[in-house]
Amino acid sequence: MAIHLTDIAASRVQHFLASRGKGIGLRLGIKTTGCSGLAYVIEFVDELQEDDEVFETKGVKVVVDKKSLVFLDGTEVDFAKVGLNEGFQFTNPNAKDACGCGESFTV
Amino acid sequence: MALLQISEPGESTAPHQHRNSIGIDLGTTNSLVATVRSGEVVCLADEDGRSLLPSVVHFGATGTVVGSQALELQSSDPLNTISSIKRMMGRGREDVSQLGNVVPYEFVVSAGSKVPRIHTRSGDFSAVEISAEILKALHDRAVQSTGGDIDGVVITVPAYFDDAQRQATRDAATLTGLNLFRLLNEPTAAAVAYGLDQNADGLIAVYDLGGGTFDISILRLNQGVFEVLATGGDSSLGGDDMDHALGEWIIEQGNFGDINTGLARRILLAARNAKEVLTDTNSAEIVIEHEQQRWQGRIDRDQFEALIQPLLKKTLTACRRALRDAGISKHDIGEVVMVGGSTRVPLVQAMVGEFFTREPMCDLDPDQVVAMGAAIQADILAGNKPENDMLLLDVLPLSLGIETMGGLSEKIIQRNSSIPVTRAQEFTTFKDGQTAMSIHVVQGERELVSDCRSLAHFELRGFPPMNAGAARIRVTYQVDADGLMSVSAEELTSGVTADIIVKPSYGLTDVEIESMLRASMDHAREDIILRLLKEQQVEASRVIEAIDAALAQDGETLLSESEIAQIREHRDALEAVIDTASVEELKRLIKAIEDASEAYVARRMNASVKQALAGKQIDEVDV
Repeated sequence: MAIHLTDIAASRVQHFLASRGKGIGLRLGIKTTGCSGLAYVIEFVDELQEDDEVFETKGVKVVVDKKSLVFLDGTEVDFAKVGLNEGFQFTNPNAKDACGCGESFTV
Repeated sequence: MALLQISEPGESTAPHQHRNSIGIDLGTTNSLVATVRSGEVVCLADEDGRSLLPSVVHFGATGTVVGSQALELQSSDPLNTISSIKRMMGRGREDVSQLGNVVPYEFVVSAGSKVPRIHTRSGDFSAVEISAEILKALHDRAVQSTGGDIDGVVITVPAYFDDAQRQATRDAATLTGLNLFRLLNEPTAAAVAYGLDQNADGLIAVYDLGGGTFDISILRLNQGVFEVLATGGDSSLGGDDMDHALGEWIIEQGNFGDINTGLARRILLAARNAKEVLTDTNSAEIVIEHEQQRWQGRIDRDQFEALIQPLLKKTLTACRRALRDAGISKHDIGEVVMVGGSTRVPLVQAMVGEFFTREPMCDLDPDQVVAMGAAIQADILAGNKPENDMLLLDVLPLSLGIETMGGLSEKIIQRNSSIPVTRAQEFTTFKDGQTAMSIHVVQGERELVSDCRSLAHFELRGFPPMNAGAARIRVTYQVDADGLMSVSAEELTSGVTADIIVKPSYGLTDVEIESMLRASMDHAREDIILRLLKEQQVEASRVIEAIDAALAQDGETLLSESEIAQIREHRDALEAVIDTASVEELKRLIKAIEDASEAYVARRMNASVKQALAGKQIDEVDV
């Protein structure tokens, strides 16, 4: 079981954590909502929950709860710039179908 | 593919529900837009990486452009290229006619409109409409940069902006279709960007030296609420004046002879360049090449500093005045925040630091700091922060009251209440059969309406006639986060309502507010005495009113002629002196009427009880 960050994603996460001034890592997860079933969660982590799994990848602690991990295993998170916009992108091998916007998906 | 941002723990939103919010610094010379992305405040840049958008709008033959493109067209098409529109926000025709000497624009004021418009080839535009063009350009940039709709915006305004200017800024936001969370004072925004709102209470000086304006603001932070104690400055002093001072030095050194516009512009440009170079180095080379002329020279930092020192001394004089207005010493100031590109000049930082005897805060980009503070505030208002994060509040400078009988002001919202705030109070009718009530909204600390400031009059009409004191009229005062006030009145038994919107601080300067406050303290004692007297006078006329009504109804059936005469005598005695008697005298006379009519009141009670019971069996009566 693993989740990957690209180099740029890892360095942006480190930058954002530093500028926030607190937080132990990055939470990735899924929740059941959205136009196409499941939606990605991407949050700062201040404290760990009981069922959290922690990966250390490229200097970033990635925190995923066990339930989400089933759907996120093998996912790669990248940081992309499109025009003036920028942000994190998920490439998830578990996703069978994503809504047009890529914010939610089904498995 | 969606680009996601990192949320605060537990604050993730559903897809397409991201609460994007922006902060806008709508400046005289330049404007900026900032947002909070993955927990970090960033000023949003255009395609070329520039975050400053020159506040210039050009109305061209083929369309409207905003920003650097418009700025480039300023010299070739000055009448259709509008800059510094902020100076005209909320100004009437009289104010603008004064500006007419300074700016080249052609002003038109159409009949029936108070708003002056600038004539361009694309039509006549008000300051609000031109500002809306700038806001639209910033909003477009924000939409492209966040990849979604913007839910709300915070726009900053100078602390000294009066209500008309603030309202004009709101109107510009509305015209652009922005959801304005609130306006925020520029110095407050700067303090927020430095996180000072999370600090302990204290006094903060915000020194804002821009391209063409200088503002000093003294803020007091008290339990998360920023209060502007004093503002000051100079609306025509800034970095441009440094360029001019240096430009004159170059002209002196260069012996250029005749200086045409082109050469003058070259020299100013070179001066600005040298100024910027001198921020990081000790000397700068200046080369002027124009047509046949060429001059090369060198200036070191000491020379430059000697040139600009008189300008900076002027700013310190304004600081001293602001401190005096705030009634504090410079040693009371806890933090000094630097705002505006010109505060990059090392001498500015040194002189301000020396003046306030503390290191000024200048870690953040002084051009961006106001927009950043606005973005932080917008992020909180959009609901992206956990609830324990403080919401920035302002306070009402003066109490808001309502006129009651006798010309007294009943305060509904007390001064120093933090806004937004809503308070309601119930009132009743004074006369039998009254079906309307006039509501007079007043502002100030004094007891008498005549000593307060009148804000608005409106009427609640058409509620059913009732006995005096039976109607229940709930008056609600509401002040929103921008200090805009709405008043509504409802007669609760019938549901009749009326409302009005007013601007409590319309046109009030800090000095006027101060003097209104001082007057209320100076006159505290006499005001209270006067209030007690007025209250007794109102009571006296209520008693007379009630006696007259009763006598007219059943006086002749219940009283003998001599009894009526006796009551009348007391009533007339009271009426004769109602405006001249003392509080005690009025009390005594009212008591006399009550005593004289004691038997009458008893008989009226019996009569009405008898009437109620007439023709009913004892078991039909609810006891």
